[in-house]
Amino acid sequence: MSFPLLTVTAALPALGAVATAAVPAARRTAAKWLALVVSLATLALAITVLVRFDPGGARYQLTESHAWIADFGVRYELGVDGIGVALVALTALLIPFIILAGWHDADPLETGSRRWRPTQGFFALILAVEAMVVLSFEATDVFLFYIFFEAMLIPMYFLIGGFGDRAHEHGEETASTQRSYAAVKFLLYNLVGGLIMLAAVIGLYVVAGNFSLQEIAHARATGSLHMATSTERWLFLGFFFAFAVKAPLWPLHTWLPNAMQESTAPVAVLITAVVDKVGTFAMLRFCLGLFPEASKWATPVILVLALISILYGALLAVGQRDIKRLVAYASISHFGFIIMGIFAMTSQGQSGATLYMVNHGLSTAALLLVVGFLISRRGSRLIADYGGVQKVAPVLAGTFLIGGLATLSLPGLAPFVSEFLVLVGTFTRYPAIGIVATLGIVLAALYVLVLYQRTMTGPVKPQVSAMPDLRVRELVVVAPLIALLIFLGVYPKPVTDIVNPAVKQTMSDVHKKDPKPEVEAAK
Amino acid sequence: MENLIALLIAAPLLGAAVLLVGGRRLDAVGHWIGTLLSAASFVIGLVLFAGLLGRDAGSRTLIQHLFSWIPVAGFQADVTFRLDQLSMTFVLLITGVGSLIHLYSVGYMEHDERRRRFFGYLNLFLAAMLLLVLADNYLLLYVGWEGVGLASYLLIGFWQHKPSAATAAKKAFLVNRVGDMGLSIAIMLMFTTFGSFAFGPVFSHVGDTSQGKLTAIALMLLLAACGKSAQVPLQSWLGDAMEGPTPVSALIHAATMVTAGVYLIVRSGAVFNAAPDAQLAVTVVGAVTLLFGAIVGCAKDDIKKALAGSTMSQIGYMVLAAGLGPIGYVFAIMHLVTHGFFKAGLFLGAGSVMHGMNDEVDMRRYGGLRKYMPVTFITFGLGYLAIIGFPGLSGFFSKDKIIEAAFAKGGTEGWILGGAALLGAAITAFYMTRVMLMTFFGEERWRNQPTRSPEAPSAEPAAEHRGEHAEPHPHESPKVMTIPMIVLAVGSVFGGAFFSIGDRFLHWLEPVTGHSEGNSPVSAWTVTGATMVCLVVGVAIAWAQYGRKPVPAVAPRGSLLTRAARRDLLQDDFNHVVLVRGGEHLTRSLVYVDHTLVDGVVNGTAAGFGGLSGRLRRVQNGFARSYAVSMFGGAALLVAATLLMRAV
Repeated sequence: MSFPLLTVTAALPALGAVATAAVPAARRTAAKWLALVVSLATLALAITVLVRFDPGGARYQLTESHAWIADFGVRYELGVDGIGVALVALTALLIPFIILAGWHDADPLETGSRRWRPTQGFFALILAVEAMVVLSFEATDVFLFYIFFEAMLIPMYFLIGGFGDRAHEHGEETASTQRSYAAVKFLLYNLVGGLIMLAAVIGLYVVAGNFSLQEIAHARATGSLHMATSTERWLFLGFFFAFAVKAPLWPLHTWLPNAMQESTAPVAVLITAVVDKVGTFAMLRFCLGLFPEASKWATPVILVLALISILYGALLAVGQRDIKRLVAYASISHFGFIIMGIFAMTSQGQSGATLYMVNHGLSTAALLLVVGFLISRRGSRLIADYGGVQKVAPVLAGTFLIGGLATLSLPGLAPFVSEFLVLVGTFTRYPAIGIVATLGIVLAALYVLVLYQRTMTGPVKPQVSAMPDLRVRELVVVAPLIALLIFLGVYPKPVTDIVNPAVKQTMSDVHKKDPKPEVEAAK
Repeated sequence: MENLIALLIAAPLLGAAVLLVGGRRLDAVGHWIGTLLSAASFVIGLVLFAGLLGRDAGSRTLIQHLFSWIPVAGFQADVTFRLDQLSMTFVLLITGVGSLIHLYSVGYMEHDERRRRFFGYLNLFLAAMLLLVLADNYLLLYVGWEGVGLASYLLIGFWQHKPSAATAAKKAFLVNRVGDMGLSIAIMLMFTTFGSFAFGPVFSHVGDTSQGKLTAIALMLLLAACGKSAQVPLQSWLGDAMEGPTPVSALIHAATMVTAGVYLIVRSGAVFNAAPDAQLAVTVVGAVTLLFGAIVGCAKDDIKKALAGSTMSQIGYMVLAAGLGPIGYVFAIMHLVTHGFFKAGLFLGAGSVMHGMNDEVDMRRYGGLRKYMPVTFITFGLGYLAIIGFPGLSGFFSKDKIIEAAFAKGGTEGWILGGAALLGAAITAFYMTRVMLMTFFGEERWRNQPTRSPEAPSAEPAAEHRGEHAEPHPHESPKVMTIPMIVLAVGSVFGGAFFSIGDRFLHWLEPVTGHSEGNSPVSAWTVTGATMVCLVVGVAIAWAQYGRKPVPAVAPRGSLLTRAARRDLLQDDFNHVVLVRGGEHLTRSLVYVDHTLVDGVVNGTAAGFGGLSGRLRRVQNGFARSYAVSMFGGAALLVAATLLMRAV
């Protein structure tokens, strides 16, 4: 039996979570370092996975398969394709930055305070989320996937509800109420989605007799498993609903601004850059893989919803007064692009969507973590409380601007490549939708630059005049992210090489071919 | 030799990286690093130019393939550069004039504490512009295109602590993004039509598709060009862009940025030639803008804004010429180059005037400066003669050719376009003479006006830092500033003649752009004669108004047109009412809708199913954890139930 690399990649952060939680209360700093080391070791494992993965090889690689609940046909089956491997790597890459950025987010409010600020818990929960997200990207058994997809809600719930920003304009009492409201809203939305999906999972089992993604997809492709059109559509809707809540797609998005606004910036990154990606990833893997005909049937509606997400998210971002809410709505706009790329069902659209997941993770992390540094200095999330920051903290302002430029998909930075691929991939099949979606690039420039202007330029406000520039720890967080954004903007080939074969397979799952150009000029 | 092409871009890009990342350590030498790397790029450009001249006219295209950029099934974007006569011309203009502006800035920005960063941005600007003109496909061109937008954003808003500068920078970027939208749609159209967006495949297959498709592509390219080149209706950012330091204006207006639109149209000549409707639209945009800019230029008292109106107008000439097709391509580029010389010279001259006048920009507070700034006066004066088209100077040759070409289009269109171009020439003569007279001649209106009125703060806040609020003592600028002005003045004087005699420029560029003579209803001499008449009339009217009688220090109320022109012909008022206000209402109501309606309906629907809202309330009272547990309990029950079902 070969070495269970995928299991270990997920087990390490899981064990690390337990160990971090077990560190005695007095050794707070040790717990932080432990979490950081574990996350870095996980990153090393993820890189090993990336290196061992052969883009030209079988669809699912590094597979593991063990009987689990035999009666029920549930197997412990793991495997990664090009899309999964890219997202495992993204997750493992972002967690160390999240931990480092949140280094002081869970410190006791003041020394000797009676209030319990579970520092160890904060870092343990982050590692727990990592483990479950990684397993969701790896699971090729539908039931196994479902378990992790749901289980990650528990640590996320406590991360959102338990840890907020230090200072709050309405006082700690209100802040705590708002936090628990946001946490519960997050939980309820995702649980409702999850329960509907559970019904669909069971329905799938009733129809197919097992949970194995590969077996079912194979049986469907060869015709040995017939599914009535209406059955397939109902099952598809059950799965899609859960993923659309998680992704999130308009109009199921309203939990996200609340959750991101109330949680600390690193946790907000965890939500939008890591956890939400499971939703879009699962659309590609499960919706398109298991229910190709129903996916095509639902495409027009989904594309319109995605288009609404793009424009609606961007317009709402323009209208926000709270920096973190602004970023949340920007993310909703970006998820619209990802979903549009997936359902445009072209190679460029799907490669673009996968790349978008990776790039959005990096760009949002860069922007939002700097936003967190900014908020921690001034103790306010309101845009109006800032002004002239670039004069007192030029490096902070510069990194903020680069994060913002990545968010507005400036060419030369990674997100441009993916956004353009999604647009062009949509345009070749649905020109009207492609053109309207292009409005999103103007709106993105609007919300980013207005945010930058209001916070960073103009006369220095008295409250920010003593603001220190980025510290070494903060630079260590931001600089590598920026370097990656530039590198993948100039040379995205390493990622596209991994993703392209997987996209080709997904395209054949749904029996779709790219529209041919009118003139075969390139050939 | 083609391996040198990437170095053209690499040199200023390296400068930008070093200067922006290097930090304070480089403060002392940063400006020289920036200037040297810009000059290095110019030298590489000269080497390549010599190399091209050594080849036959037909084989002067060099291709350098660096690497595969975005390889996705069916979609191939490479980092490949193309150096031909057209891009070579731009490379020399960008790096040559750009280096002079760098040198000038060493003196101009001497007292600015963020000078290092300024040079980093200047280098970034050059690198982006070079990428734009050297790219071999539209997607790579797009990178340079937006890179130019970013660099201009950073430079226009360089004095970020001034709200007006920050607003102007944002506006420039946003208006440009609207144009960029056109470029991305054009690229998408090319991809669906040709399966490629590289120059070679697109241009060679133009004949294989319908005219409708080509017209759509060409119109989208025109939209892009309008944004970058400040053509109507996307012109509104240019005037505000004067918030940047004056060398930035010179860079934007002469060597980079606004010329990009003209480049795009001329480069895409093959597409435009096959889409006559789009060409007509191009000429209309050009003609409208050349008059629009000229009228605005007449009414401005701010020397930089008057020059900005002039740029808009001159770029309008180039766009008009580019819209004429092969009759005009060469002359569009020739005017672009000569304009690069004299407009850079004029802006640097304006900066020199401001430098000696405590950063005052209001020409009503100038007057009689020729005695105090002789070098500035002479170089500015030569630039002035060049731009109005004084016989023998640069503008004379290049503008005359465009007016001829406009008439040569033939038919009613030819008469209208030619007439507009002639009228523009008269207005140009008027407003430039006005600038000249108000600045260098007449009474010394700056005397006895020690302090600036607080309502009208200067565009250049450096003066406030230096505490210079006393009566100005006009003086000549240091050598590091006057030398670039002198070089540019030489170009303004001889450039046109050098290009035109023996049709040197035409023969150089023709293999890329193609050329046809057209058949003009009027002879070349008639056109030249009419242009001269227009010139004399324009100068005479200006003399009557601003030379013969004293210029009032406070602007008279003026006619309706003057007042509208002062407000940039109400473009901002229009934008404000329609776009800004409308947009604000839209976003505000959407925020409300999202908060109450969408959230409410979704929550409500859920509540309808499971009484969630009641639970939400309970949860908020502190039962969150118990609730979570019960939910998972429910889930577990469901699983158990299905297991049971399976067993049965």
